[in-house]
Amino acid sequence: MLSYLGKRFLFLIPLWLGISLIVFLFLQLTPGDPAEILLRKEGIEPTREAIEAVRRKMGLDDPPYLQYGRWIWKVVHLDLGNSYRTGEPVAKELFTRLPATLELTFASFFLMVLLSLSAGILSAMKAYGRFDRMGIALAIFGASIPSFWLGLLLIYLFSVKLGWFPVMGRGSLIHLILPALTLGFGTAVIQARLLRTSLGEVLRKDFIRVAMAKGLRRGRILLRHALPNALLPLLTTFGVVLGRLLGGAVIVETIFSWPGLGRLAVEAILQRDYPVIQGYVLLTAFIFVLINLCVDVGYRLLDPRIELGR
Amino acid sequence: MKTSGLIIVSTLFVISFLAPYLVPHSPLEINLDRRLEGPNEIYPLGTDHLGRCLLSRLIDGTRRSIGIAVLTQAIALTIGISVGMLSGYWGGRLDFLLMRLVDLTLAFPSLILSLAIISLLGPGIQNAMIAFALVHWAFYARLVRGLVIEVKERKFIEAAVAIGVSPSRMILRHYLPNIFSSILVLASLDTGRVIFALSSLGFLGLGAQPPIPEWGAMLNEGRLLIATAPHLMLFPGLAILITVMGFNLIGEASMWRRKDVSIFHSERMLS
Repeated sequence: MLSYLGKRFLFLIPLWLGISLIVFLFLQLTPGDPAEILLRKEGIEPTREAIEAVRRKMGLDDPPYLQYGRWIWKVVHLDLGNSYRTGEPVAKELFTRLPATLELTFASFFLMVLLSLSAGILSAMKAYGRFDRMGIALAIFGASIPSFWLGLLLIYLFSVKLGWFPVMGRGSLIHLILPALTLGFGTAVIQARLLRTSLGEVLRKDFIRVAMAKGLRRGRILLRHALPNALLPLLTTFGVVLGRLLGGAVIVETIFSWPGLGRLAVEAILQRDYPVIQGYVLLTAFIFVLINLCVDVGYRLLDPRIELGR
Repeated sequence: MKTSGLIIVSTLFVISFLAPYLVPHSPLEINLDRRLEGPNEIYPLGTDHLGRCLLSRLIDGTRRSIGIAVLTQAIALTIGISVGMLSGYWGGRLDFLLMRLVDLTLAFPSLILSLAIISLLGPGIQNAMIAFALVHWAFYARLVRGLVIEVKERKFIEAAVAIGVSPSRMILRHYLPNIFSSILVLASLDTGRVIFALSSLGFLGLGAQPPIPEWGAMLNEGRLLIATAPHLMLFPGLAILITVMGFNLIGEASMWRRKDVSIFHSERMLS
């Protein structure tokens, strides 16, 4: 197991290096000369001599691989430069915003698991029954409804008309419900369908027939025998799902004025705050890759049929 | 299910072709005396904050939303097919390199990579399309590569190799026609997702810019007036929902018949 984990981590290194290379390239492509920006910020007239001096001091005339190496060294030490807007270190800005996004992402993930489990089981209990057919319709609906519209509808209905929930902001649990629902709904209905399909397959297996022949109760067969087996294939999708939630958080945070990373990123893009954008992309890609690794490892831990050595 | 999807999608195409003849008013005409009206006799769906006819803007938006989605798909497909074809056909080191590039592109959550590219190019509809295509191609590249490798095993390819067909002729005349229909089917099913993504960018204010009547951008304009004029956010959202649903219905129905579609479709629904 340990050697497997070690190997997986080793495989992450080239991926992360590749990601960092793309982000570094991104930085090189940003319009504007960093030396000039620095000079302007400090109120110094950006004459050609001054720019050249600063460029030499910042190492901007060094060969690209040297600059990349220096940049990576700084990134590893969490030095991502300073925001153009606030002047604060980017790493600090990102980490103050990260908890809000993680809170939102995990809340909607939790909600998604809860919704999809109950809906999936209910529709598998009676295949092609009324609930099951409703589930198909709901899945297509859920896959088609734009989250930004769903969020607005929820705000209109529950906050503006009924006044049950606050319109925006972050704070208590009650602030979390609408954003989490908006973010999680689309994935929940699709996951429910996947679970239903997977449960349907497991329920046709021989060991289920044996359990039925033994006279076990239906509920017990479903929950104890079928469900754990049916959940395994779903686990592989969790990586993709969390990626979707992280990306979707950008939209949901904008609708609900949620003070997370996504809103920071949109603000940064609109105001061309490149260091922040770069830090944001680097951080989310890092988290995304890490999540996918966890999902892979978790899958192999839970399913002993899969060889660990590979 | 497939029929209803086809009906929705073909209706939308008809609307987008006939848009200039269908609009009751000019979609850009400002009438400040009649701002924020609810649905009435002159303006069937009401007016927005500048007194523009919402129905006209929606109809005109059909054309834009579907048009930009199709164009984006065309860019993404061109890159995806070229890369996938090269990768699958030549194999070896080139294949390895190109596929690592695909892996890298897919290592980012797709919306986030599009955001990064837009931040470089600046907000706007063209840039949003380029940004999305630059992310989206990777799915197609991987798919095309798989299809090419499958076709490679077939007898007619062996025969073509045996008589010494040149690589370019091989790709254009032997591989491409054999994979093109599958790709085209998958790509058209995927159009719903592209509309979805581009309208998200419009909604964030990073895609189509006002006064262009793109559905996402319209929703963005309407969202600030949610309490006073809810019809402004209701109808554009409904338009997106119906359109995307039309494509998804066709996809869902094809899913039961074809395995390749099914795998691709469920993967794309989640991501």
